Amino acid sequence: MKAVDFDYARAASIDETCRLLAGAKGEVKIIAGGQTLVPLLAMRLTRPALLVDINGIASLQGVETRDGAVSIRACTRQADALAHAEIRARLPLLAKALGFVGHAQTRNRGTVGGSLANADPSAEIGLACLALDCQIVARKDGGERVIPIGGFFLGPMTTALKPEECLTEIRLSPWRERGRIGTGFKEISIRRSDFALVAVSCQLVLGEDGVCRRLSLALGGVGPAPFRADEAAKRLTGTRLESRDIENAVASLQETIEPQSDLHVSADYRRRVTGALAARAIAEAHGEAMAGGA
Amino acid sequence: MSRHLVSLTVNGRKLSAEAPARMTLVDFLRDVLHLTGTHTGCEHGVCGACSVLLDGRPVRSCLIFAVQAEGSAVETVEGFAPDPETLSILQDAFWETHALQCGFCTPGMLIAARALLAQTLSPSDDEIREAIGGNLCRCTGYKQIVEAVLLAAERMRRSNEAGRGRG
Repeated sequence: MKAVDFDYARAASIDETCRLLAGAKGEVKIIAGGQTLVPLLAMRLTRPALLVDINGIASLQGVETRDGAVSIRACTRQADALAHAEIRARLPLLAKALGFVGHAQTRNRGTVGGSLANADPSAEIGLACLALDCQIVARKDGGERVIPIGGFFLGPMTTALKPEECLTEIRLSPWRERGRIGTGFKEISIRRSDFALVAVSCQLVLGEDGVCRRLSLALGGVGPAPFRADEAAKRLTGTRLESRDIENAVASLQETIEPQSDLHVSADYRRRVTGALAARAIAEAHGEAMAGGA
Repeated sequence: MSRHLVSLTVNGRKLSAEAPARMTLVDFLRDVLHLTGTHTGCEHGVCGACSVLLDGRPVRSCLIFAVQAEGSAVETVEGFAPDPETLSILQDAFWETHALQCGFCTPGMLIAARALLAQTLSPSDDEIREAIGGNLCRCTGYKQIVEAVLLAAERMRRSNEAGRGRG
């Protein structure tokens, strides 16, 4: 399995990347860590005429904190994000999700932005970003725009990014609700760290009285793109997250989702597992918040 | 269709050769530099047989194009043994605990284990399993590989202590 022939350009800056994207004849793809793109190239599911390599652009790497918000530059390696003290302290759900991404070998190369831009329906980073309601910054020749994550994923390997746009940054704001934060991440895969058949992420805030002030739940592997289960979250907000509350919310969640069958598992299996994993992720987050919170 | 001159350091040696853009690092190592110790397995990032150390970190060389490794330091399994007649401590531990049968996964396992032992010489079973979790082996059932890494860690600890005693 070898990629088809293509041209290769190493971009020295974001501006140069945008110029190359705007001026390309034929299909052009950005390559960052390559952990999603290179398998697609090898299987010839994509046949770009030009690859633009952004690995050498210093301004696309690193994590910084601004006014309490955390900004992760797109080409930051997943392994570096996972080890980053600010991410662990301020965005525990993202840190938890990063631990499920691939293996050490792929996290050393794969990037945070690359995982989002390629939009594998079972990818973990997007699930944490959805639950945390992040913003995606995209640059093109002559402009920049901010895309809310809620409108970013459009379908399998499809996002709101235009062909001439380069994802440059992910902005995440820690929640401001008062109380104890808890996070949960659960997935099921054939081998640990293989791609997830179903994955669920959850973050919640418990008030001093034990009532859930805010809850966010995101599902992966259940539809063509990861999505937030806002209806279930609404049902749980304001409750004390007792088993009955969780069971009711999960039961109605299972009725609304429309998972697909594939080579690996059936739609019915996905529906059952989504319910079980959602309940476990909520319980994990609840337990964490009860124990003192993150 | 572009071709590129790729200059990189492999096992401490500076090397340059031309490669088409679409050539993966593993193909470059094997077919151009004739370093066939690194194995080509699935060629889409699943099996881990092609693992190498890129600037000290384990990565899959089938998921990197050679041209992207420009200026990098690559370490392959050929760089492990101190001389052609002697195995490294880690390789010797694999041999002693029967951590390989067909040997196809072995270069990748050695790379994963070396990266782990560079971080800690007292790894737990779980840490070893996590470190080799991205590498498929179809023969051993993994148990002897975990034993090999534990044995190598123990021997490296002892050789460090002996070194300190002498120093």
